[in-house]
Amino acid sequence: MAEPVAERVGFFTDTSVCIGCKACEVACKEWNGVPEDGLQWLGTSYDNTGALGASTWRHVAFIERPPAGGVADGAPGVEWLMSSDVCKHCTHAACLDVCPTGSLFRTEFGTVVVQADICNGCGYCVPACPFGVIDKREDDGRAWKCTLCYDRLKDGMTPACAQACPTTSIQFGPLDELRARARQRVASLHSAGRTDARLYGDDPDDGVGGAAAFFLLLDQPEVYGLPSDPVVTTRDLPQMWKAAGRAAAVFAVGVAAAFAGRRR
Amino acid sequence: MRERAVVPKADFRSYYGKPILKRPVWKWQIPAYFFAGGLAAGSSALAAGAGWTGRPVLRRRARLTALGAIAASTVFLIDDLGRPERFYNMLRVAKPSSPMSMGSWLLAGYGPAVGAAAASEVTGLLPGVGRAAGVAAAAMAPGVATYTAVILADTAIPVWHQAKDDLPWLFASGAAASAGGVAAALAPVAESGPARRLAIVGACVELVVAKRMEEGLGYVGRVYGEGWAGRLSALSRRLTASGAAVLVLTGRRRSGAVAGGLLVAAGAAVERFAVAEAGNQSAADPTFLSPP
Repeated sequence: MAEPVAERVGFFTDTSVCIGCKACEVACKEWNGVPEDGLQWLGTSYDNTGALGASTWRHVAFIERPPAGGVADGAPGVEWLMSSDVCKHCTHAACLDVCPTGSLFRTEFGTVVVQADICNGCGYCVPACPFGVIDKREDDGRAWKCTLCYDRLKDGMTPACAQACPTTSIQFGPLDELRARARQRVASLHSAGRTDARLYGDDPDDGVGGAAAFFLLLDQPEVYGLPSDPVVTTRDLPQMWKAAGRAAAVFAVGVAAAFAGRRR
Repeated sequence: MRERAVVPKADFRSYYGKPILKRPVWKWQIPAYFFAGGLAAGSSALAAGAGWTGRPVLRRRARLTALGAIAASTVFLIDDLGRPERFYNMLRVAKPSSPMSMGSWLLAGYGPAVGAAAASEVTGLLPGVGRAAGVAAAAMAPGVATYTAVILADTAIPVWHQAKDDLPWLFASGAAASAGGVAAALAPVAESGPARRLAIVGACVELVVAKRMEEGLGYVGRVYGEGWAGRLSALSRRLTASGAAVLVLTGRRRSGAVAGGLLVAAGAAVERFAVAEAGNQSAADPTFLSPP
């Protein structure tokens, strides 16, 4: 990706202090004018939001389960994992790479944003995203996702979700600072005995070149509905075009060969 | 007898078994666009060969098939857009990182060439321009037959991305088979020998590549044996194989050429729908992203 003009910013979502209040979901909807997309009872703990989508740009996951270490006398028989998911604003973003119109673009803050006045709703970004974040609004026909509050960033403000988070589970700031802070947080959790704490999406050497929105998780990524090894498939594009080129060459030779030899 | 557990043993390796990836939003128009584009590409290549080897009727039918197919392909693509009135934004930028952008530019060159060749064919005007346009269309045809495979391969959908080395062969052989089949059905037997050979060889390659792709995919490839993807894949195999057999046995008779040619073309069409549906099914299962 090109060097951001301004400082590259992002989210560090520390799920160890998330209380599942969904203030982030509400703040995002309110600030960005994101339409309602279904009020349903899903039967998945306290999560009636379901998943990120065209009209859900923050999604709080709830995992409700027996404590890993067994239930002590007098202790509640449940352990909670809660995590507020969001677009990762990948360093190498597949949605942006495959967008044929240039509607998806990289902002001066290093974030990835859809320009709604350009998107023609081809839908290519949807299967391209290795996190299943971006989606098309059926009634509107265009692709939508988190903008990392591009309008607020331009005015030097904090994105709505991070502003509304009452526990600082969602932290906004320059990416370098966030990464340093996250490493410290993991170290202090480990020393406090939470050895299952780990960072997700912080590594610039991962399949998407690191994410601007990364997470501190307390279990495997799949448990939260996150892919364990997300990859930007455009990485393999030269290999794909070479395979297509070989097939195309044989196609041409094959058609020519059909005319060789017999007259009929 | 002991009471059986009512609630199944919880598996926390996924989030309530929900998909991680989004289901592709492409509707039936997209596999139809793939098929029609391949049919056009193969027909343009056949028309050029027919022109060079003195088969005027085959050339005429193939040029008109190419025009009809590429027009249909473009209409399918635009109809699937969420904002069809903005289709021209496809040519707003030229992005090498987007196979769809590259494909749009390729179509922007290929479509008019096909149109000019067909117009000259029908009106008899400007035969030199018609010839040049036909050659240009044939030169772009191999690209038109294969770029759609790169569109699918360049996604996070396991069953598409992991088939990145096979999909171009599947689409190229399907394009050759369908164009050969349609031309064998439309052109007189005396001129359509090359079309029949192309249909037969293309069909055989298509069957072999489909098998290799489905087996090479391993765990994620099992969607080709399940649900609609499985049904369509099996149907495609039957259509393609029986069409090729009919062409081999009775292709020199008009009725045999029509039946066999159309069967082969139908097999190639159904194959694109099988691949599209396999992608939908593949997106729905979170375990495909971290196979056991």
